Amino acid sequence: MYAADDRRLGPGHTDPVEPLSLRRVGADAVLVEVADSAQARSLAAYARAVRTPALEVVPGARTVLFDGVPDLDGLASLLGRWSPDDEPEPGPLVEVPVAYDGADLAFVAERWETDVAGVVARHGAIEFVSAFGGFAPGFAYLAGLAEEYAVPRLERPRARVPAGSVALAGSWCGVYPTASPGGWRLLGRTDAPLWDPDRSPPALLAPGTRVRFVAG
Amino acid sequence: MTLTVEQAGPLTTIQDRGRVGLAHLGVPRAGPLDRPAAELANRLVGNGPDAALLEVTGGGLELTSDAGCWVALTGAPAPVHIDAAPRGHGRAEWLPPGGRLRLGTPRTGVRSYLAVAGGIDVAPVLGSRATDTLAWVGPPLVATGTELPVGHPAGPPAALDTPRPPMPGPLRVVRGPRADWFTKDALDRLCSAPYRVGTDSNRVGLRLEGAAPRRARDDELPSEGMVLGAVQVPPDGQPVVFLADHPPTGGYPVLAVVDPRDLWWCGQVRPGEELRFVRAG
Repeated sequence: MYAADDRRLGPGHTDPVEPLSLRRVGADAVLVEVADSAQARSLAAYARAVRTPALEVVPGARTVLFDGVPDLDGLASLLGRWSPDDEPEPGPLVEVPVAYDGADLAFVAERWETDVAGVVARHGAIEFVSAFGGFAPGFAYLAGLAEEYAVPRLERPRARVPAGSVALAGSWCGVYPTASPGGWRLLGRTDAPLWDPDRSPPALLAPGTRVRFVAG
Repeated sequence: MTLTVEQAGPLTTIQDRGRVGLAHLGVPRAGPLDRPAAELANRLVGNGPDAALLEVTGGGLELTSDAGCWVALTGAPAPVHIDAAPRGHGRAEWLPPGGRLRLGTPRTGVRSYLAVAGGIDVAPVLGSRATDTLAWVGPPLVATGTELPVGHPAGPPAALDTPRPPMPGPLRVVRGPRADWFTKDALDRLCSAPYRVGTDSNRVGLRLEGAAPRRARDDELPSEGMVLGAVQVPPDGQPVVFLADHPPTGGYPVLAVVDPRDLWWCGQVRPGEELRFVRAG
């Protein structure tokens, strides 16, 4: 049984793989810590593929939350068979058209030591991958921007960021599915349908989806 | 049959057991904040546990029915009238064809549950009829003039249900996944002083005012999955207990997690009232 809040597990791993670090979250949930968002995505994809008994499998930036787990010990041994070196199957590629007219283009250009055309070219050259969601339905944290191009959030978030805004914060890129307050740096806007409850999956940029931004 | 909402009251939503399996797409679970009360209301009118009902915040709901039906009110004890006659709380009552049901303002508690035999039969969205007030997934808010379709009753109302209503007490908590981001005494301190319920509390979270748990580290927590009942501590130090419409991921450390058996009270304790935490394990 789970005696401690945290514990490490080894069974199923072959050396020299680091054992998974688990953090207990209340009665029937556990956070699994991994190195980065790519591993989180890989572990979440593995867990779904092997039909891990959990009501929710929620990847984060460096974790995967398993919530509503009937048997935490069983989960631990099941996940012990996942290897951090497992590459998840590449997801579908989605092209997102962007009108690059965001309020923070000049700021980003200065940080990147280029001009607006340089920002558009660099942003459009990256193949992002949707790492995780959670801020709002249809919102995705898109990984792919190199750490050296990370940009700080606004000191004071804007009261209203329009729906479809394409924006950066840290090394994440995101698209606001609905108008909301927000502190991300705005590059432009898209009219891509990010969220549609009648579609399966309803999120255009579900975790694992590869994303390219196309000026136009 | 159809119920017509004549007065919606301050905030009335349709709820059922909520949607699961979509947190990774950013969809909150939703569902009634006071689950035991909602489950009782459904049982009283003979519904199954999946039937949708109304969560009425602060009373004030008034509706008429075009056909006779059994209804039951539970949760916050709002005075209830059917036509001119006062009716009971926590029992099945007959709403006759053309009858009018009226809820006053509850003297205690926050949320009342009104179940109707057959359940509210609006179209489900992503597998559930619950309205989530964070992202507005689900049916729209119940507004004055809304016509609510009602399904076919599954069976007769329960002749007798003798619920043992849960008693409010301190919220039992266990150590949260990021307790190590706080000083060693932070959880004990959380459990030693009373917290006042903030006026901005809602279905997303119970916002508390009181002693701020001290952080042991100041860096930013990379966003991670959040659970129902998580006690999250933002930079201002004022704890928030995540309720049914909480965002599925968050970037502030979770010091403690409230026992699911005590979450119903988070949906009934009023702004300005005090509550306490107690360690359970």
